[in-house]
Amino acid sequence: MPEILRLRLQGVSKSYGSLRANDKIDLDIKPGSIHAVLGENGAGKSTLMKLIFGLLQPDEGDMFLDGIPIRWQSPEQARAYGIAMVFQHFALFESLSVAENVWLGMAKHWTLAAVSTALETLAHQYGLAVDPNALVHRLSVGERQRVEIARGLLARPRVMILDEPTSVLSPQAAKALFAMLRTLASEGCSVIYISHKLHEIRELCDDCTVLRQGRVTGRVDPRRCNDEQLSALMIGGAPPPLVRAKRDSAAALFAVDALSVPAIDEASERLNAVSFELMPGEILGIAGVSGNGQGLLLDMLAGEPSDDSRLMRRVAGHIRFQGRAIETLGVRSRRRLGIIAVPAERLGRATVPELSLADNMFLSDESDAWQLDHRKLRDAAQAVIADFSVKAPGPEALASDLSGGNLQKFIMGRALRSAPKVLLVSQPTWGVDVGASAQIRQQLLALRDAGAAILVISEELDELFQIADRFHVMYAGHLSAPILREDATLELIGQWMGGSWLLAQQAPSVAGAARRVHH
Amino acid sequence: MHELALLIAAGIASGTPLLLAGLGLLLNERAGVVNLGAEGLMLIAAVSGFGIAFYTGQTWVALFGGALVAALCSALLGWMVVYLHTNQYASGLALSLFGAGISAFVGAALVGKKLELDKTEKLPVLSDLPFFGPALFQQHAMVYFAIALCLGMVIFLYHTKSGRMLRGIGESPASAHALGFPVRRVRWISVVVGGAFCGLAGAYLSVVYAPLWVEGMVAGRGWIALALTVFATWRPWRVLLGAYLFGSVTMLQLHLQAIGIEIPTQFMSMLPYLATILVLALISRNPSWIRANMPASLGKPFHPG
Amino acid sequence: MAYLSPMISIALTFMIAALVVTAMGKDPVKVLSLFTLEPVKDKRAIGEVMLKATPLMLCSLGLAFCFRSNVWNIGAEGQFLLGAIGAGGMAMWLTEAGMTRPGWLWVSLALLLGAIAGACWAGITAWFRDKAHANEILVSLMLVYVANLLLSYLVFGPWKDPKGWNFPQTLRFADSLSIGRLGPGMRVHWGFVLALISAGVMVWLMYFTTLGARLRVGGLAPDAARFAGFSARESLWTVLLCSGAFAGLAGAMEVLGPMGQLTPHVSTGYGFTAIIVAFIARLHPLACVLASFLLSMLMIGGELAQSRVGLSASVSSMFQGVLLMMLLIVDSFIHYRLAWRKHAGKDAAQHA
Repeated sequence: MPEILRLRLQGVSKSYGSLRANDKIDLDIKPGSIHAVLGENGAGKSTLMKLIFGLLQPDEGDMFLDGIPIRWQSPEQARAYGIAMVFQHFALFESLSVAENVWLGMAKHWTLAAVSTALETLAHQYGLAVDPNALVHRLSVGERQRVEIARGLLARPRVMILDEPTSVLSPQAAKALFAMLRTLASEGCSVIYISHKLHEIRELCDDCTVLRQGRVTGRVDPRRCNDEQLSALMIGGAPPPLVRAKRDSAAALFAVDALSVPAIDEASERLNAVSFELMPGEILGIAGVSGNGQGLLLDMLAGEPSDDSRLMRRVAGHIRFQGRAIETLGVRSRRRLGIIAVPAERLGRATVPELSLADNMFLSDESDAWQLDHRKLRDAAQAVIADFSVKAPGPEALASDLSGGNLQKFIMGRALRSAPKVLLVSQPTWGVDVGASAQIRQQLLALRDAGAAILVISEELDELFQIADRFHVMYAGHLSAPILREDATLELIGQWMGGSWLLAQQAPSVAGAARRVHH
Repeated sequence: MHELALLIAAGIASGTPLLLAGLGLLLNERAGVVNLGAEGLMLIAAVSGFGIAFYTGQTWVALFGGALVAALCSALLGWMVVYLHTNQYASGLALSLFGAGISAFVGAALVGKKLELDKTEKLPVLSDLPFFGPALFQQHAMVYFAIALCLGMVIFLYHTKSGRMLRGIGESPASAHALGFPVRRVRWISVVVGGAFCGLAGAYLSVVYAPLWVEGMVAGRGWIALALTVFATWRPWRVLLGAYLFGSVTMLQLHLQAIGIEIPTQFMSMLPYLATILVLALISRNPSWIRANMPASLGKPFHPG
Repeated sequence: MAYLSPMISIALTFMIAALVVTAMGKDPVKVLSLFTLEPVKDKRAIGEVMLKATPLMLCSLGLAFCFRSNVWNIGAEGQFLLGAIGAGGMAMWLTEAGMTRPGWLWVSLALLLGAIAGACWAGITAWFRDKAHANEILVSLMLVYVANLLLSYLVFGPWKDPKGWNFPQTLRFADSLSIGRLGPGMRVHWGFVLALISAGVMVWLMYFTTLGARLRVGGLAPDAARFAGFSARESLWTVLLCSGAFAGLAGAMEVLGPMGQLTPHVSTGYGFTAIIVAFIARLHPLACVLASFLLSMLMIGGELAQSRVGLSASVSSMFQGVLLMMLLIVDSFIHYRLAWRKHAGKDAAQHA
């Protein structure tokens, strides 16, 4: 007798207007299996999960749960039948406690007290340490994810869906998560693991469906595949090779000296005596899970301090360019010196979505003229579009009309046009397709070879390994000592992302320790 | 001593419309919707309440009638803002302008009329206490109703599931939607109920407090109530405190004259508005603090899916 | 396409107006003609439309400037009153001192003083927002009440005309201290031309200067403005002082033009009506001019309705509110269809 599949999708399709996000997808999930859904950004993974979870309804196709045809109208129905989803962006309310948060999402018959007790039981069973009475705004990102998982588990699910769960975890925390998922699977629950990280999938999952541009391109056992085979299914071919040359170092062009910014409250970022040096002709990477101070660091380096004057008065430390202290200079003064920042937020910060690409060139305009020169801006935008292979109808196209990858190419192009001496980039290829990512990384390397000093803040360790010469790791506002790429392994970096170096140094003062390590 | 008691009593009575409107605005702001139409709602309810009181002679029918009319207008505003995603500020402003116009228009016939209402009972033992009697216990029943509403609001927001859900919606409608909460319906209901509270405030002014109808009689109390919610950092008990404080400032004018300090009446009348500006400035000075206390999605439209 | 929404809104407002008027027992056709045909029936009537449009234009230009930068200046009415007080006070002082020639010089100075007074009043709001992060909607609005009371104090008290039979008004300013008329038999004056010029200045400022570009970016995406190094403080003060100056100038013109003296009724809600004008004009300077004419006709219609048909004059402000609501509703319907299609495309990119 053939095994009954836990979840089966047959010919499922979903379109948004003219775009076919899911095109006749077949998905077979066995009971007790950890099944990966692999694909690039834009391949259709999120839409598929929303269909399974009941947030969307398919245009065509059938879904079966344990052999019975199903069609959800809402997430509540899906939950009632045992589908649990842990979102990439947590659905938690900061001003409420853990128990209150979980309770709000449960069915009517649960009382707050019953939820608290159940959470404590779960903690023992799966090693998910969460305090039911803690207010969420005090929790770290990893703890918040545990709350989301606990919430999913309380409903005794038959299928648990996790969407890019390790994007916010250090490698150590990810290992703990894997252990928990294996326990879950051994009890018969099926796990759908959405990711684009090949090594994780090969380590954790026993089955894998690969999506590309809305279609299934393959169904494999990841334990028997290597990275190249999976990549090929995912992107349709091998990624273009990256060219890099070695560089000698010279005197520091850009240096940060014991920069400290106090935190506003528990959950906000802070900086604790951050120090590093940027040499010309090198790429310095800062690894770390987002939220450990990287955003704040970039703001300070770019010249965009907080508007809270009380906070700003307590900032200490220096930022130096060619030896000169520049921390009091504004954005435009820094740009004139050749220091340019490219933030992670593309729409709404690096560009204005409602304005055209030509108008968006105005954001980096350095002239002091009072008259607006439309033609100059248009020509500049056209130059960027041509020189940096931006797929756009023209300089009058709105920023919001471009895809993520092309917009990032435009933003990078705009920054590179002014031949920066120091480039500060945050998450350069987040959410960008493989082709554009390779182009952008190539541009960074070219800029490096031309003698500029580049700082790359990135969550993707793979990316940093490809392009950075040296690394630091950021954790809870502290910056680690630098290490060369040759000396760094994934393991070591991962440990540092989890803060182990910090804890070891905590006995004597951290600032003192950091200074000692630097020498 | 007796003067002080009377001053306190006057402050409480004067602050009650601010309390009622403030609580209503707190409710919809906690859900993430800012209602700049409060002034217009209060005017509409004031003229409606007065009209109902004039023709029926029933106090409570008039009060709740005014609240009902305001609730209907808020329902329209809520529909615009929550389901059509119109700009919350502009829509509220439109309602205020409309309210000013229509109340003057409809109320033209009611100017100068007098009300003949059933007398209210005095509280049995409490109103005869020395000092505290006249200070606290000789108020119209609406004053105590407002205090009860404040208590009810606390219980609702902090001790019921729906209240916590409403707070969650105000903090992060996206998360709430992902969890399956009816975000738009809750927001719409909060606007309607909040508008009803504003209506009670307006009707109380024209039917009980004054009692008369004259064009523009709300005199900016709706706007002051909006400032109150910020002053109170969106917590009900603080709204009560602030309302009575502001009410007292208005009363100060009359009592300073009684003591013999001669300041032109117009400058005394400026006091509540100047006080509002000052308080607003003091409270808003620390932007991080405001951000920590304000419902995070306040003023932003929510697009599901 | 951009004109569709205002036109539909106007049509809907007229329909609702007709219903309300019928319910009040008056002839809807007659009443509606008071709003549409009467105000333009002859040269003198058109002059009246232009006269009322002048302060609306000036105020709405300044407000559009503010709203575009996401600064919600609701206190234009108060800035208008301060302008009236400033110019009126100076005219009063000059008349009493007998220094009334050359008229054009003194009038220009008085107008300037009015603009400065309005700008200062708006500056108070800017200061509170800049230094204390206080919400400018509430501060500017509170200042309207304060301005009103200030005017009331002045005309009931120290500035009251001793020969005015105890009416709350100042003495009449000297004839030379008034803005020249555009033509015989009309009350509309050179201020109208000045307002038109201001509209042109605004267009130039917003679309052809870097200052205007900075302000537009700041209004659309404040984070982008910070990223670009644009000073939010500069934007805030620029738009508020400018808006206050325009409103103050409008007030000064009212007092030195048709009124000739200072009374408590110097404004018939111009500052608030101008908000509606700005919205109907979608915050575009040239459209502000057109919309000013429309609302001027509405205001005149209201006055005519009161005098000829016996409806309360506040019917005008009632319909202004309805017009704004209709505009917002129709806008959202039209944009919803456009945005939904765009959303669908964007959704696809995000959800895949």
